[in-house]
Amino acid sequence: MYAIGERINGMFKAVREAIQAQDPEPIHDLAKQQLAAGANCLDVNVGPAAADPLAAMEWLVKAVREVTDAPLAIDTTKPDVMSKGLELAGPGSVINSTKGQQDQLDIFIPMAVEHNASLIALTIDENGIPRDANGRGEIALRVVAAAMEKGLDPDRLMIDGVILPVNVAQSTPNHVLETIRNIKVLSDPPPKTVLGLSNVSQGTQLRELLNRTYLVMALAAGLDAAILDVLDTELMDAMIASEVLLNKAVYADDFLKAYRA
Amino acid sequence: MAFEIPVEKWTAAVSALTIGAAEADGGTRTSTVTVGGETTLPFLGFEGDTPNRPAIAMEVLDVPPPNYPEPLSAAFGDAVNDPAVWAKRCVEEFGADMVCLRLAGAHPDQENKSAEDCAQAVKSVLGAVGVPLIIWGCGQPDKDNEIMPRCSEVAAGENCLLGTATEDNYKTITAACMADGHKLITEAPIDINIQKQANILVSEMGLDLSRIVMFQATGGLGYGMEYAYSIMERTRLAALGGDRMLAMPMLSVVGPEAWKAKEARSPEEAAPEWGAAEERGVSWETTTATCFLNGGTDILVMWHPRAVALLRKTIDSLMGEEA
Repeated sequence: MYAIGERINGMFKAVREAIQAQDPEPIHDLAKQQLAAGANCLDVNVGPAAADPLAAMEWLVKAVREVTDAPLAIDTTKPDVMSKGLELAGPGSVINSTKGQQDQLDIFIPMAVEHNASLIALTIDENGIPRDANGRGEIALRVVAAAMEKGLDPDRLMIDGVILPVNVAQSTPNHVLETIRNIKVLSDPPPKTVLGLSNVSQGTQLRELLNRTYLVMALAAGLDAAILDVLDTELMDAMIASEVLLNKAVYADDFLKAYRA
Repeated sequence: MAFEIPVEKWTAAVSALTIGAAEADGGTRTSTVTVGGETTLPFLGFEGDTPNRPAIAMEVLDVPPPNYPEPLSAAFGDAVNDPAVWAKRCVEEFGADMVCLRLAGAHPDQENKSAEDCAQAVKSVLGAVGVPLIIWGCGQPDKDNEIMPRCSEVAAGENCLLGTATEDNYKTITAACMADGHKLITEAPIDINIQKQANILVSEMGLDLSRIVMFQATGGLGYGMEYAYSIMERTRLAALGGDRMLAMPMLSVVGPEAWKAKEARSPEEAAPEWGAAEERGVSWETTTATCFLNGGTDILVMWHPRAVALLRKTIDSLMGEEA
């Protein structure tokens, strides 16, 4: 599974304060810790409170780049901030994210092509989040068609079936699993699938248990990538074990160590 | 509609490694061998690179081989009485890229040779030939732990390939390998899981993954060849898919395995309907080697000079280097 570490996000107090104080130290630490914990990519989000999101993104990406060349997922809805982030992060980055409506796809798909980036597309459009898997599949199909038309390979697309908190919309986890399975037949090669995992447990008790259990279920359904808390060791252990059980990684007695080596 | 070859996009490559150290690098070798580095399944040139030729090592024993089939005795003559002479013939007459010195005489059931005797054999072969050396223990774990550190020590700086480290016995040889600047063979009994575990264990001791060659105990044609082949193929698929713990070059011991088969070693009078003994044995060895070549092996340990010549021709053609 392609693990995108979620911790460099202005919604977290330590990151917000680091951005405000222009103190790169906490950002360096978070980048290094997440990579050591098995992140393949680091999400970078300045948070909703940033006074000047463009300047904040510029500072944040540069701060991360001081300690690693790992791929970054530039996490913003603002095209100018996205563009700046991608430019500073370099090729192999991830656009996080576009919605499925045409006006957004017209902006972000060419941006992905231009910057040699992957694109996370949420199955949300002008009508909001679909009620079921069929509605999600329809948006995904539209996104795949638009990507192919504009020269973005489907395997550089990551479709996010948009998980909602289980205490708010309890039927959603099932719909998203069905969406993950359905997306695999949309094209050949198929687009990748991704989840903003922590959302499933937003506002609940026992968050870690819910995250961990749902990740395993989603991996069994064919999930390719997740934005998640890689510093949650039990979550990552469950992910690593799932890959072994799904025959995606070769078993060895020390399979956890092998993943983290 | 024109046929389009399906091309797989791999995310990772096999690691490359060099065996042998020339004078500039602190050794005395006149040639070195680099293997690995593949970015695709074997020889799929339309999909990726096979940057280095698979290497041919010829096996030499420190004692005259007992029960050597006649075609092999005929090929090497008296040379089998002296590993240095034998190695020289392998290199100068038969063009071996490497010599694999197997310290069979150290085995307690054989001559139970001492560490010092084994080290002498290593030194004499290093002195006789300029190609890189594979130094292979006798296969008895306790005895190997006794002889390999000394053999490693006398070859320090020559960047040899030492074998073998197994899941159950890896510490001594890995430590020697690290101390003396060699490369290491990890061995598993045709088992990809144990192979991976052995790699994890030696890397935990601090040996860099780029210094490992993997060996799945080989099976000859008719005697488990297909198991070894399929394990190699799975290993290579895992490597190309990004499993760093399986992304090392592979080695196959072809000669000894192929010549174990009764079809290869029976004398003509025992089975006249099978045809000439030498043809059978050479074919058996060549067929086994060719199969493993296509399974992704990077180093082939061979016996018969004619099988070596045929294998070299096959490698030439697969690498697009035909004369």
